[in-house]
Amino acid sequence: MSHPGQPAPIFDPALVRSAVWDSVLKLSPRHMVRNPVMFVVEAGAAFSTLLAVQALRGHGQDSPFFVIAVSLGLWFTVLFANFAEAMAEGRGKAQAASLRRSRRQIPAKFLTEPRHGGHFAVIPSANLRKNDTVLVEAGDEIPCDGEVIEGVASVNEAVITGESAPVIRESGGDRSAVTGGTLVLSDWLVVRVTADPGQTFLDRMIALVEGARRQKTPNEIALDILLAGLSIIFLLVTVTLMPFSLYAVRAAGAGTAVTIATLLALLVCLLPTTIGGLLSAIGIAGMNRLIQANVIALSGRSVEAAGDVDVLLLDKTGTITLGNREAVAFMPAPGVTEAALADAAQLASLADETPEGRSIVVLAKERHGIRGRDISALGAAFVPFTAHTRMSGVDLNGRQIRKGAADAVEAHIRNLGGALSAEVRRDVDAIARNGGTPLVVSDGARVLGTVHLKDVVKGGIHERFLELRRIGIKTVMITGDNPLTAAAIAAEAGVDDFLAEATPEAKLGLIREYQAKGHLVAMTGDGTNDAPALAQADVAMAMNSGTQAAKEAGNMVDLDSNPTKLLEVVAIGKQLLMTRGALTTFSIANDVAKYFAIIPAAFAATYPGLQALNVMHLATPQSAILSAVIFNALIIVALIPLSLKGVKYRPASAAALLRRNLLLYGVGGLLLPFPGIKLIDMALVALHLA
Amino acid sequence: MTPNSLVQVGLLVGLLLALARPLGWYMARVYEGKPVGLDRVLGPLERLIYRVCLVNPAEETGWKAYARDMILFNLAGLLVLYALQRVQAWLPLDPLHFGPVSPESAFNTAVSFTTNTNWQGYAGETTMSQLSQMAGLAVQNFLSAASGMAVLVALIRGIVRRRSDTLGNFWVDVVRGTLYILLPLSFVLALALVSQGVVQTFTGSATVPLLQPAAVSQPKLDAAGKPVLDARGDPVMEAATVSAQVLPLGPVASQVAIKDLGTNGGGFYNTNAAHPFENPTPLSNLLQLIAIGAIGAGLCVTFGIMVGDRRQGWALLAAMLLLLVPLMLVCLAQEQAGNPVLGRLGVNQAASALQPGGNMEGKEARFGVAGSATWAALTTATSCGAANSMHDSFTPLGGLVPLFLMQLGEVVLGGVGSGLYGMLLFVVVAVFAAGLMVGRTPEYLGKKIDPFDMKMAALGILAMPLVVLLGTALASVTKAGLAGPANPGIHGFTEMLYAFTSAGNNNGSAFAGLNANTPFYNMTLALAMLAGRFLVKLPVLALAGSLARKKAAPAGPGTLPTHSPLFVAWLLAVVIIVGGLTFFPALALGPIAEFLTHAR
Repeated sequence: MSHPGQPAPIFDPALVRSAVWDSVLKLSPRHMVRNPVMFVVEAGAAFSTLLAVQALRGHGQDSPFFVIAVSLGLWFTVLFANFAEAMAEGRGKAQAASLRRSRRQIPAKFLTEPRHGGHFAVIPSANLRKNDTVLVEAGDEIPCDGEVIEGVASVNEAVITGESAPVIRESGGDRSAVTGGTLVLSDWLVVRVTADPGQTFLDRMIALVEGARRQKTPNEIALDILLAGLSIIFLLVTVTLMPFSLYAVRAAGAGTAVTIATLLALLVCLLPTTIGGLLSAIGIAGMNRLIQANVIALSGRSVEAAGDVDVLLLDKTGTITLGNREAVAFMPAPGVTEAALADAAQLASLADETPEGRSIVVLAKERHGIRGRDISALGAAFVPFTAHTRMSGVDLNGRQIRKGAADAVEAHIRNLGGALSAEVRRDVDAIARNGGTPLVVSDGARVLGTVHLKDVVKGGIHERFLELRRIGIKTVMITGDNPLTAAAIAAEAGVDDFLAEATPEAKLGLIREYQAKGHLVAMTGDGTNDAPALAQADVAMAMNSGTQAAKEAGNMVDLDSNPTKLLEVVAIGKQLLMTRGALTTFSIANDVAKYFAIIPAAFAATYPGLQALNVMHLATPQSAILSAVIFNALIIVALIPLSLKGVKYRPASAAALLRRNLLLYGVGGLLLPFPGIKLIDMALVALHLA
Repeated sequence: MTPNSLVQVGLLVGLLLALARPLGWYMARVYEGKPVGLDRVLGPLERLIYRVCLVNPAEETGWKAYARDMILFNLAGLLVLYALQRVQAWLPLDPLHFGPVSPESAFNTAVSFTTNTNWQGYAGETTMSQLSQMAGLAVQNFLSAASGMAVLVALIRGIVRRRSDTLGNFWVDVVRGTLYILLPLSFVLALALVSQGVVQTFTGSATVPLLQPAAVSQPKLDAAGKPVLDARGDPVMEAATVSAQVLPLGPVASQVAIKDLGTNGGGFYNTNAAHPFENPTPLSNLLQLIAIGAIGAGLCVTFGIMVGDRRQGWALLAAMLLLLVPLMLVCLAQEQAGNPVLGRLGVNQAASALQPGGNMEGKEARFGVAGSATWAALTTATSCGAANSMHDSFTPLGGLVPLFLMQLGEVVLGGVGSGLYGMLLFVVVAVFAAGLMVGRTPEYLGKKIDPFDMKMAALGILAMPLVVLLGTALASVTKAGLAGPANPGIHGFTEMLYAFTSAGNNNGSAFAGLNANTPFYNMTLALAMLAGRFLVKLPVLALAGSLARKKAAPAGPGTLPTHSPLFVAWLLAVVIIVGGLTFFPALALGPIAEFLTHAR
């Protein structure tokens, strides 16, 4: 199945073909007016076309060839900008199309009574409304977004997540949300519809990737204002150049006044067309990158906010540590060998399918070479863990081997007349202090020792936190553990701070506290009890596997349900802003060289001394102006890949990032046009076009 | 460039830097309402002013009320100053009986002095009564400076305050700025200038015998005092010998002191600081130069102290000096190199024991090239505009420096208050682009820059190019405008460009050579001055109000550092690129074309 997150090559032929056509359609003034800079360029191109008509009829100020060439240059500037936008949208549309394929009509088993076993009628999914209930059975597609109110089933959500391993969805708890278009593999579910048609998760996703509902973020608006301000200045500069030129011609008694076509060319060269033309492509591409990371942002604003985040709240389990604890040591009681303890612990765990149980078996094998045994062959009876006893174990040849929490085992052996020795008690405390979980093993009334279970910090997480610290993001671990355990894991993982024994209220309080100090807080969550904190956080990523409440409260959903993804979202947010900033700087820095091309070309006839400013030694005034216009248009195309991929982001301090980007895009933007314009000029001369 | 010039530049910059720290610290205390020592003496006067003016000094206002008060205050000043000039003939202290000032000149002057521009279309010593000079012009010198500083302080408070609706009390800021900063400094400076020979008197004029009687030809007058006409209607000329000269006098030192300190620049005399009674010695020249730059430099330190991070203030001061000093050196080098046309004729223009060398046209012998070029650069870098030489007579590139320093938006030290708030608008733009480049929503000193802030910064930066370019364009194609320049050709264009640049930036210096006392120039330049002042001040106050309402984000490694050399360099680039891109074509058709034409 095609997956929405698959990155396509930048210049995919099919995409290019449709983008070329779109860029012509986008010439409609109604579309262009949304982008003031490019709208001015289009108006200039139209005006210059009229001048070309005038020149062709023999009344023009310039040669028809020159005016036509300038007009073409201006039109292509607009078309290239449209092409960039169309390319970005096209990539989004390709993703949307594969999503839309899963949104086709699905027959829904509409339940008249909201319970399993009731009567149902098959209706098209489009007729479902919020709060209707439907039955979904093995082999059925889930017809709509909803919440499981009854039943448990395995569901294939590959259409959304690209992950083919089935997931469990069940009523109650934190795994009750289902998404329309996903497939039930086994059992059945009764689902209450939570979204009207057109409002479903899939619909929102499609709208987002298509850019249809893309609203400008505050940063984009502020940048628009800056660009508009600069455009007004450049408009003033070119408009007033006409009277200045008239004065100069009279004063010098030489040359002719600057022509309108030249002024139009100068205006378009000065306007920040590079950033103006690529701005919307950058925004759309940013959203697409996020979708490639399998994260759906409910607004562009939240993506940018992710770049600003400076406090990250992370759940311990699943984010910082692997979900499971692992046995790391056997600590025998006095008079017991470690091998004997390991043997007993292994026996007690053989039938225990929990990860902790399995890790004990593994450790016993590693440390003492104790092989796995067939528990039924031994004639042993497995005693499973219950919430009541809080122990598990085996009964074997009259031996009663148990393992469990210290207090549970203590109660158990006291009943049998035994007692916990001081040494064991000390071991238990020591393990807890170090962030581990002690598991006491007993044989009958006798305590054999303690197994040290430890939270396993994910590989590489320590380095990621270091990276985050370097870019100024503080990490806070949230855990239900006691403060001792929490502190030990926090130290091992390298987080900056932790919140132990966290309740929903405490989480909310912590977020508010950070926000009051001016921080921007990001967090992940999946449970209903996370919802208040998710709603309060500035960037809140809900897990797709989480409850509907959590998804509603968050402003992003991670389809892979991987809390570490937040780190990638931060990078994508930063990259988005950096691309905008870098291209703005580049665009403005370009103008310097264009002055050196156009000013001597336009005025050297009046003041011959100004020829000295022609530092690029461009062939003729016409070739100079055309070269500047052509460079200005081509640079947009040249930068399309950069605007779609984003500038390179490496985690570093703000000072280091600024140095790098200023050098690359500021100084580079200042220097690059000089050779660029010169080369185009040489090409024009070689082609006898000048 | 001679060693003498370098010593003078070094001395000037060194003294400005040395003064900035104590003065900045003192001004911060004044505006933070802390005891400053002088309040023990002037405190009762301060409180009396509040009582008389019905001002409650404890009451603070938001930006709109602050702006309203500022505008009302300046409007009232404008009207009073206009009225005073129009009725000066009927008021005391008019010993030379000048009569009322013409309406458009009075309007131009009233606007000029209330906007801290001090563009002077008139000749002071033959137009203004002593009362107009003292109670009209000099008073506005204080008040326009104090209101510029007040707007800056409001902006600083906007940056400092968190979730606040108020920016302070305009009346209190003006009163404290005047009483505790401008008045005492002016008092000390005026005394120092008097010691150098600057006049300070109510005597109308002195008649002195000439060392060498001069032979002149003058129209013959009949008994009624009318010129006798010959048959063709031309006046009959007769030879006469002049042996005495009338020297107008007045309260000069007191006006010169605030003219420099408040970066006003309006001289008592037409020739301004070139006049021996305004600026008699090289020492008085140096004192005045320091006075012109002192408060502007000190306010950067004040800024650093008030925002709680002194490095921020020093960074801005560094940016300003890094613009000022190289441009000043360019001006010096160009003037010292002399006139290339004369050079080709074999004239020796090198400095030697016998001659100052360089281009001495339009310069006072007692200041020489160094004293004149440093002044020209500083008076245009700040929005002072006082002149001790004729910028019109500078070499093309030497004259380009003052022009370009103004076209940067008067942000290199700039006017008192206005220079720094203008620079802070550029900081907003620089922070915005740089902030994006580090991948964060741009913020300055913890305050996020949102679309509204950007709008205000863009408006504030846009106002000046608008009036300068449109004004010059209008003048260069209309008959009334073209009547102004004394020189034809390229230089005439530079003269017009300079006039609108000077007015639009509230500098007030004149390139001279432009007859601006005409209805056209009086009115257009007055409008340029108003726009250049208030279309910047209002967005600045709105920006201050918006920033004050925000909470502040704490700084961390992910925060763009705004005190680093890198940021200073970036800020410089933004200022130069915006100024350069805006004015390069105009400069190319003015001084650059002139230079290249001469150089051929």
